[in-house]
Amino acid sequence: MRGTLSDRMGAALLMAPLLLFLVLAYAWPFLGVVKWSFTLPTPGLGQYHALLTDDLVQSVFIRTLRIAAIVTVVSVTAAYAITVVWVRGSPVQRVLAEFCILVPFWISVLTRAFGWVALLSNRGLINTWLQSIGFISEPLTLVRNEFGVIVGMSHFLIPFAVFPLASAMRSLDERVLLAARGLGSSRMRTFWTVFVPMTRSGIIGSAMITFVFSLGFFVTPAILGGGRSVMIAELIYLRIFQSPDWGLGAAISVVLVVFVGALMALLFRYVKPKQLV
Amino acid sequence: MQQPGRAAEIKANGIGKSFGSFRALDNLTLDIGRGEFLTLLGPSGSGKTTFLMILAGFVQPSEGRLFSDGADITDRPAEQRAAGMVFQGYALFPHMSVEQNIAFPLKVRKKTASEIKQRVGEMIERVGLKGHEKKLPAQLSGGQQQRVALARALVFEPGVLLLDEPFSALDKSLRGQMQAEMKRLHQETGTTFVFVTHDQSEALALSSRVAIFNHGKLLQVGRPDEVYDRPANRFVAEFLGEINMLPVKGVKPADNGAIGVCEDRAVNMRCKAEAIKGDAILAIRPEHMSIAREATTGENGIAATAVASTYLGAATKLDLTTRQGAKVTVSVPNEVAAAALSKGNSVWLTWPAEKGFLLPDGGQ
Repeated sequence: MRGTLSDRMGAALLMAPLLLFLVLAYAWPFLGVVKWSFTLPTPGLGQYHALLTDDLVQSVFIRTLRIAAIVTVVSVTAAYAITVVWVRGSPVQRVLAEFCILVPFWISVLTRAFGWVALLSNRGLINTWLQSIGFISEPLTLVRNEFGVIVGMSHFLIPFAVFPLASAMRSLDERVLLAARGLGSSRMRTFWTVFVPMTRSGIIGSAMITFVFSLGFFVTPAILGGGRSVMIAELIYLRIFQSPDWGLGAAISVVLVVFVGALMALLFRYVKPKQLV
Repeated sequence: MQQPGRAAEIKANGIGKSFGSFRALDNLTLDIGRGEFLTLLGPSGSGKTTFLMILAGFVQPSEGRLFSDGADITDRPAEQRAAGMVFQGYALFPHMSVEQNIAFPLKVRKKTASEIKQRVGEMIERVGLKGHEKKLPAQLSGGQQQRVALARALVFEPGVLLLDEPFSALDKSLRGQMQAEMKRLHQETGTTFVFVTHDQSEALALSSRVAIFNHGKLLQVGRPDEVYDRPANRFVAEFLGEINMLPVKGVKPADNGAIGVCEDRAVNMRCKAEAIKGDAILAIRPEHMSIAREATTGENGIAATAVASTYLGAATKLDLTTRQGAKVTVSVPNEVAAAALSKGNSVWLTWPAEKGFLLPDGGQ
């Protein structure tokens, strides 16, 4: 893919507007955030010290990592199943799977979060139905807790988890699967010992994307967590907009960005960018 | 390791396959003998690969039945057929080492660890991969990958080994080497080999019998020398190698064969005229014709003019035009070609009666 010099100049020129936008809209303001983290309220490393000692900040960090990990496992597993159908199903199944993958992109994250509230709340569809058939007598607490957050976030992230998996499954040589069966391996065994290992790069890419996305989630945990399951992005928001504690909010932001950056660097050591789309 | 008695005997009975409106394979009946090396030969789209896939169980025939050692296996899924298969491009498991690839069919069959270790070791030795056990397929050369594929397909002692154009990705010298190796493996294991190729010289060199396909039909099956020297029709004649076609008139049976008129001269043919009477095509391979200074009685010969020559090293290919305008190519010793071109260009083309064979006029 190495073009001539003028080709590369042309490509750089085409990318320039986006790069300029990213620098102006993200990099520049972020430098301001970095500056706050070292200067507010007084210059020094005070906020980073607080970050290490503040129980609330630490518990939110741990909760964020835990939720992100669970959401990643749930999303990648569900995405794997639907991607198998999308890539390898019959023509009708493919269209259905594609529909299920694409439709969520057309509905705003806010709408979807409230949709889950309607389904999961104490007087929501699920609890009402379970009570009406006599399966439970008291409503289950399905929302305004970590469970609700995980459901909502997984639902949002499954379509994103699909693409790296689809890319890996599409590039897989069909004959290798035939070879396994021809050598006596059942469909089940072929799936677990050949198909899944051969899509390893897709699984890694999918998990990394989901995990990184999960770390920065704001709207979904804010609504479905109901203030009881605060994640890191919400904490930053609270620090900056609802308290004068800009320095701590900034320090948390910096730590989050550095952490995500490190994860991405790790990801690209194992997976090439083109395998993710 | 392999007992020759284990080799499978396969019968295909009226096998047909349609993909939508495309007829990939039509009414194929073929017996594959125990331990034979059968080559399925034909151009792409001729049905040879479809038949191989049906044998492997990856494709279900639209009609007909398939028998292995007398048992009907038409509806048996691939994983229960125990046919070894080597794919085009080898289809090795990229995430497994050489050792793990070869062990795979044994693990599937739940062999004990010690048996797996022993048989994989034997197989690695047999195909000359010692020292490469721990490597991944991507770290091997094309020839080595080919050996892994062969070892993996043979390690569980299948009754039949199916090979789908296994040499198409190899360069010429490596091809020759692998062909020899495959012949040796066939002799050592005694297993039935069914081999698909579109390369006629490969087919003639390797097989005990060749089955020639075109447009989904089996045209002829026989020993390499049978199909080469006595092709059943024009397609087979042309597909197996260069051939000269001369119109011959008034064909009728004679004492030990047939006679007819070619380029206004009487010619003898050893083959039976059988259904062919009247006008026909006389086909002769270039290496079976020679150049003579003048016509001799009692021998087949026609007058021709040498027009061009191509030096091939061991011999020269000489292009000639007959008096009635037919184009003929002969393969002759280099000095004969030079002489033919230098002396006024007019020569006699001769051939032994038993080397010419008759094909229906114009027909396929």
